[in-house]
Amino acid sequence: MPTMNMLQAINNALDIAMAEDEKVICFGEDVGIFGGVFRATSHLQEKYGKARCFNTPLVEQGIIGFANGLAAQGSVPVAEIQFADYIFPAFDQIVNETAKYRYRSGDLFNVGGLTIRTPYGGGIAGGLYHSQSPEAYFTHTPGLKVVVPRNPYQAKGLLLAAIRDPDPVLFMEPKRLYRASVGEVPEEDYQLPIGEAEVIKEGSDITLVGWGAQMEVIGKAVELAEEQGITCEVIDLRSLLPWDADTVAESVLKTGRLVVSHEAPLTGGFAGEIAATIQERCFLYLESPIRRVTGLDTPFPLVLEKEYFPDHLKIFEAIRESVNF
Amino acid sequence: MMTHYVHQPTFMTGDELSIDTFSVLDPEGELYSGAEEPALERDHARRLYHAMLSTRILDERMMAAQRQGRLSFYMQCVGEEAAVIGSTAALSDTDMIMAQYREQGALMYRGFSIDEFMNQLFGNELDYGKGRQMPVHYGSRKLHYMTISSPLATQIPQATGYAYGQKLAGDGNCTLTFFGEGAASEGDFHAALNMASVHKVPVIFFCRNNGYAISTPAVEQFAADGIAPRAFGYHMHVIRVDGNDVLAVFEATQRARKIAVEQNQPVLIEAMTYRLAAHSSSDDPSGYRLKSEEETWRLKDPVLRMQKWMLKKGWWSEEEETHLQETLRREVLETMKRAEKRPSPPLDSLVSDVYADVTPALQRQFDHLKSHIRRYPEAYPRGMQSLDLDVDAATSPQEDA
Repeated sequence: MPTMNMLQAINNALDIAMAEDEKVICFGEDVGIFGGVFRATSHLQEKYGKARCFNTPLVEQGIIGFANGLAAQGSVPVAEIQFADYIFPAFDQIVNETAKYRYRSGDLFNVGGLTIRTPYGGGIAGGLYHSQSPEAYFTHTPGLKVVVPRNPYQAKGLLLAAIRDPDPVLFMEPKRLYRASVGEVPEEDYQLPIGEAEVIKEGSDITLVGWGAQMEVIGKAVELAEEQGITCEVIDLRSLLPWDADTVAESVLKTGRLVVSHEAPLTGGFAGEIAATIQERCFLYLESPIRRVTGLDTPFPLVLEKEYFPDHLKIFEAIRESVNF
Repeated sequence: MMTHYVHQPTFMTGDELSIDTFSVLDPEGELYSGAEEPALERDHARRLYHAMLSTRILDERMMAAQRQGRLSFYMQCVGEEAAVIGSTAALSDTDMIMAQYREQGALMYRGFSIDEFMNQLFGNELDYGKGRQMPVHYGSRKLHYMTISSPLATQIPQATGYAYGQKLAGDGNCTLTFFGEGAASEGDFHAALNMASVHKVPVIFFCRNNGYAISTPAVEQFAADGIAPRAFGYHMHVIRVDGNDVLAVFEATQRARKIAVEQNQPVLIEAMTYRLAAHSSSDDPSGYRLKSEEETWRLKDPVLRMQKWMLKKGWWSEEEETHLQETLRREVLETMKRAEKRPSPPLDSLVSDVYADVTPALQRQFDHLKSHIRRYPEAYPRGMQSLDLDVDAATSPQEDA
């Protein structure tokens, strides 16, 4: 099986989707001949022509407005927003249009063919505007699906599923892992399910939940915890909307403890949603309060990035405190 | 880009450009001297006029119904029928229309039935939109009319994208998008025109410059000479027309469509018109404009102008006019009675179509809602009737865990 980094896996997924269906069209800022600032769309224009892979003007609201219309027409657009930090000019098109197209028309029209790819997250010395994790703004929007892969294998399978999904998907790519995460990825076509979490490690003392790049950080914290004899169950949510509460609840009924971690700020973050749901469903089984290990309620910092970051030590401390509660 | 160097500073304002207004028919229904009649056949002209008059009558009746409290909200097209229907009549019936909200005339022209209008206005079980949107948010897949969305200008870049898909599909169709001069201030407008020009897309941007965005007059909306000059910034074909002159609108749109479809080039049309009625049933223009101003525009009534021309050509008669007015008024009233008596859409339309399939989390919320309604049926409009009686009344989150 070939080894790929996450960018190669994403590029490979786009290649497969475009080869299979001529309605698949990739566009965004610098997506054309340059192949995107991260090279996720490398060689796609050469292979499939300028009509199906192209640069757009620098206008995020236009990119998503255009993508909505193209999807409504029956094409399968894969629109790139260069950084998740710059998705906000398109917020209206995503929240009021993409997400509501099917509902408001009584299913006369839909933009289910649309996938929006965008790199998110910190750890690359990107400061306020190249580091944000804006997922919670979108998980508050019925009609959207929000998917975040943790490694190259997941990225390819989930992106192919997103492109073929009958609903619009916001596909958030952990850019810190674009080249850092390398693994075996099948050459052939495969899909991974949207809306299903994955238990990536079983354990009995505590449940850890995360997604995307944070899974690697959780992994390091778990190593520290297991050295101390704490056995951890680790769940990658993979989809934040819809999210797989059943898998998390089932795990917490067993372990009685839960730590959720994300890079985004604490207040209003998606960990709050998970904590609320799990306490409703597992109240009598909880041995300790559900803990959230997240970024601070500040804009994303630059020189103090390491201090801000919900790193493995902060997660390890939360595990220790939960177990000793 | 061409760079031509000069060695003295010169500033330009755009006043160097002057954009004329294309007009064919004067308010008395006579051709201006030097103007030519467009290639509009008798039957086509009758279909067009029929739609204009029908829209006028539908608007009058529904506004009255709103005032009687039978309808929650309404928006009239009055004064803009020539702009909306004249342009629609110049399209192929399979071209896509992405409208703003005041373009019911386009649907009327394409054959949306009075029943279909009423079902949407009353949000009953036959409404294609399943009672989810306020009145006048029509949509029709079979008539290639995109469902209306309240946020302004969002349809404009979507029209660019839709038309790009049409170009790739090679189906020979284009997209026409309607918007007001107020909506043209939104960023989406600029994004849409720029992208359409850059990507050579068969789309017609049709601006209804009707003078007002609710209460804000055009002079407080932009400093330039209307919307048309913006096309130059995007290197786009543009024409300004008398929006109350149906022949000018028809001719301009027909030519625009040719440019769009044959050359894959976008076109901007600015139709100069006037919103004779209030913005909506919730608005009262007496607070921001003079009756005398409205009166001057009433003299330019687009329906009357076309009627005069039709009568002169012998393509329409006073008898037909009276007959259509009477039968249509009766049809609207009868249809309205039927539509308002029809039941609402079923309760499960609350949760369907959010996604292609109801998600497990939403199903859980819906089951919970149904058991709640079962407990308090009298508190909800449709009570027990709306319930699926198989629902388990006692669902507790703990049990589901």
